[in-house]
Amino acid sequence: MFEKIWNNHVIHSEAGKPSILYIDLHLVHEVTSPQAFEGLRMTGRKVRRPDLTFATMDHNVPTKDRFNISDPISKQQIDTLTTNAAEFGVKLYDLNTIDQGVVHVMGPELGLTHPGKTIVCGDSHTSTHGAFGALAFGIGTSEVEHVLATQCLQQSKAKTMKVNFIGKRPAGITAKDLILGLIAKYGTDFATGYVIEYTGEAITGLTMEERMTVCNMSIEGGARAGLIAPDETTFNYLRGREYAPQGEDFDRAVEQWKALTTDEGAVYDTEVDLDVATLVPQVTWGTSPGMGTGITSIVPYPEQLPTENERKAAEKALEYMDLAPGTPMTEIPIDYVFIGSCTNGRIEDLRAAASVAKGHSVSPNVTAIVVPGSGRVKIQAEKEGLDQIFTAAGFEWREAGCSMCLAMNPDVLQPGQRCASTSNRNFEGRQGRGGRTHLVSPEMAAAAAIKGKFTDVRNWEFKSEVTA
Amino acid sequence: MQPFIKSTGLVAPVDRVNVDTDAIIPKQFLKRIERSGFGQFLFFEWRFDEQGAVIPEFNLNKPRYQGASVLLSRANFGCGSSREHAPWAILDYGFNVVIAPSFADIFYNNCFKNGILPIKLSEEQVDDLFKRTEATEGYKLTVDLENKVISDDQGLSIPFELDEHRRQFLLQGLDDIGLTLQHADEISAYEAKNEKRLANVF
Repeated sequence: MFEKIWNNHVIHSEAGKPSILYIDLHLVHEVTSPQAFEGLRMTGRKVRRPDLTFATMDHNVPTKDRFNISDPISKQQIDTLTTNAAEFGVKLYDLNTIDQGVVHVMGPELGLTHPGKTIVCGDSHTSTHGAFGALAFGIGTSEVEHVLATQCLQQSKAKTMKVNFIGKRPAGITAKDLILGLIAKYGTDFATGYVIEYTGEAITGLTMEERMTVCNMSIEGGARAGLIAPDETTFNYLRGREYAPQGEDFDRAVEQWKALTTDEGAVYDTEVDLDVATLVPQVTWGTSPGMGTGITSIVPYPEQLPTENERKAAEKALEYMDLAPGTPMTEIPIDYVFIGSCTNGRIEDLRAAASVAKGHSVSPNVTAIVVPGSGRVKIQAEKEGLDQIFTAAGFEWREAGCSMCLAMNPDVLQPGQRCASTSNRNFEGRQGRGGRTHLVSPEMAAAAAIKGKFTDVRNWEFKSEVTA
Repeated sequence: MQPFIKSTGLVAPVDRVNVDTDAIIPKQFLKRIERSGFGQFLFFEWRFDEQGAVIPEFNLNKPRYQGASVLLSRANFGCGSSREHAPWAILDYGFNVVIAPSFADIFYNNCFKNGILPIKLSEEQVDDLFKRTEATEGYKLTVDLENKVISDDQGLSIPFELDEHRRQFLLQGLDDIGLTLQHADEISAYEAKNEKRLANVF
């Protein structure tokens, strides 16, 4: 599949040089674009294809009182995107539109992401769009400028890796657990230099939103991109969306998209397996997404790890996380819960978290916030009454944005606070200086909010009434 | 971009695996709309405590590593976000070479766009360089991109691998947008052929 998409987009290649690859869709946000637009201005270049370029603002946006941005530098960055989009003729979904949101949530929602497209954005989680069978990857600001100016990128062809998810997904195991389990097993650089294709019945059985969760974290395994073959689930998701092909064009597009699937017997550069049947809900304990384990397990003993580098890294991580080896994961108390992000901020994520929260109350020691991934997710959730379930249980219901995934906006952990987060990175300081992040699924995060510590959501007492 | 040919400089070690871009440049400093001025924020939360005081134990704060231009670190350097602010901060601080056993893809790529040479060596070679750096105050390395060799004045000489295109790119300080635009006719031809698809017509 990667080969087919690649070959469909190479406009020039010669031996010993990177190929020139055409880019079908360029998504832009406020943090990684100002210097790129400035570069165009300095060289007198234009945006080659404004019609293939879409912008939104997400990283800096406050989730409370969003039009009142108190940080002047945040405001300047947002205002700069507004000015640049207007000057260069790029379509912008700003805070006044319901389509504003985390770029990797709102793009697919608008139907911009299609199978077979090449998609880039100045954001590493662009890998999300691979869920549709698109070749999608993050780029730096110099390359943002390159794509704005030329609609192309110079790219060396990545190697291919097949990830086989083996077995049926047990009840209570989410898409987040699949990808966290994979990275916990193989590490944060097992896929460096590769484009992954995720396969197996545990993958084909996922909804589009779940597939996006898996592909989103491809970058956390080091992969250039992650792909899932398009199928009826993909086509059903896309049908009728604003930027999907319409009417008979859609049917013809589906025929072309079906042909993208990897040919029978195709050879990958490498393959890895993950046994799904034995997975338990995942929780990270360290400062790298690969430092994770099952909820039924314990904080590891660094001295038992296989290499010197791993032992040193684990010691540093446990010191930062203030965790003692041997502590059961279910004995770790938390202060904060963040439900949202491009990994887990979609409507199905909020439904799943709400079903856990329903009829319960957030622990008095915990602050819990729910941040919808986009304006549309928020509206849909409110239509379904999810906001009522959350607020009745003591969660705060916020406006769309990246929020505490990286804490560029006012949602920041205080030093020493411990957070159960549905986001993608548990790096030191990611959610605020001295903040301690544990990555989990939305269900596990909601359950942790209520218990005040991590708990195995497979044993959850689901309630049908809001009684709290 | 300034061509990179040969450079001799003090080596500063950051002895950690998986140095991520949040550590290299924390997000609160990504809000600037310029490319310059990020060096003061490099490794900010490792260099300064919560009150803004210098943390003397961190290597970059030690007098012996002041003025370093070669950054030595461990595997998977630059993992995490695509923020080009990370190489901007590294360069602005004064480094133009980063040596590690492996790099994250996007970071690696971003380095070349900014005239930084990331060099991959084996774990053993990197280990050896850590030992040499620690043992000798004022330890310097000469990085010769023309001949793809790293050397010191103790007789060490290590050849390194680098894609030839990337080497030329740094040696000549090329503008890659300009290079791509040399193929403008091919881009236009591709667009003409694919115009229906790009307009959502199938």
